[in-house]
Amino acid sequence: MSRRVRLLLLAGAGLVIAVVFAAGCAELPPFGSPDHPYGERAVAAALARHTANVVSSVNFDQRAFDTLGEESILFASVLGTVIVLRPARDEDRQEPEPARVLPSTRLFGALLLPVTLLTGGYLVAHGQLSPGGGFQGGVVLATGLHLAYVAADYLALRQVRPLAVLDVADALAAGAFSVLGLVGLVAGAAFLSNTLPLGTFNTLSSGGLVPVINAVVGVEVASGVIVLLAQFLDQAVEVVDR
Amino acid sequence: MTDTLIVLALLAVAACATGAVLTPDPARQAVVLSVLGLSLALLFTVLQAPDVALSQLGVGTAVTPLLILLTVRKVRRSPRRGGDQEPGA
Repeated sequence: MSRRVRLLLLAGAGLVIAVVFAAGCAELPPFGSPDHPYGERAVAAALARHTANVVSSVNFDQRAFDTLGEESILFASVLGTVIVLRPARDEDRQEPEPARVLPSTRLFGALLLPVTLLTGGYLVAHGQLSPGGGFQGGVVLATGLHLAYVAADYLALRQVRPLAVLDVADALAAGAFSVLGLVGLVAGAAFLSNTLPLGTFNTLSSGGLVPVINAVVGVEVASGVIVLLAQFLDQAVEVVDR
Repeated sequence: MTDTLIVLALLAVAACATGAVLTPDPARQAVVLSVLGLSLALLFTVLQAPDVALSQLGVGTAVTPLLILLTVRKVRRSPRRGGDQEPGA
């Protein structure tokens, strides 16, 4: 395709998007108006199922099937990265050397590592009550663990990162989401419908299926992101050409 | 007051995004991308979406720039094949 044709194609596509986007925006309610048709229905449905965090109710209950798709995308991309970035035949592993780190940096990491892990665990555990949840807490847990690499070296990170366990945990948690959907079918309702006991509003066990799926997603995201980063770290630190 | 904060956050996002596009070196770009992630997280907080802000903070500010930096390091460490075809590149 010549440069001219490509520019024409870009201009045409841009024009179509501009027209459709402007037409779509023209029908939207004004910014900051008190009228929220979707919000009101979502809040009512979340309160009816004893879930204090409406966003978690939408993610893991009202639109749990969408989240199942998203989690599958994350799992598939981690799996794809593991396959694509495995050491090739013409590559060798080189043992990383212990790195010299400033004592203040080492102290910073030693103090902050438990704090970030606690924060991540809190975000996952309270996903059905306050902002946060399995995805956010999982990412905090996964990135927090890499403080061991920042504040010490790759050998220290490998000690706090049981990759073989995390590989299995990622796969099991991804599968558990689908299995939890069957709970609804067993109870005679639809796939992924919230049929578990709802509990007392605004307590850790409230929300029925929401805290269970939330915890499973937390395990999947935390182990998935750690495994994903491990493939990139291996390539950048350990794997060398023959 | 809230409107002022929203406008400020939007301006910060626009400035960081333009900065990220105008940075040619991928390693520096990753750092600018991290700042863009931070300003997006601020924007989402001001717009009362703390859940999205937390996701943005984790993925946009930490994980994505880290993946880019690691990729850049790997590519710079092993200038094979590409280097064979274009000596001196």
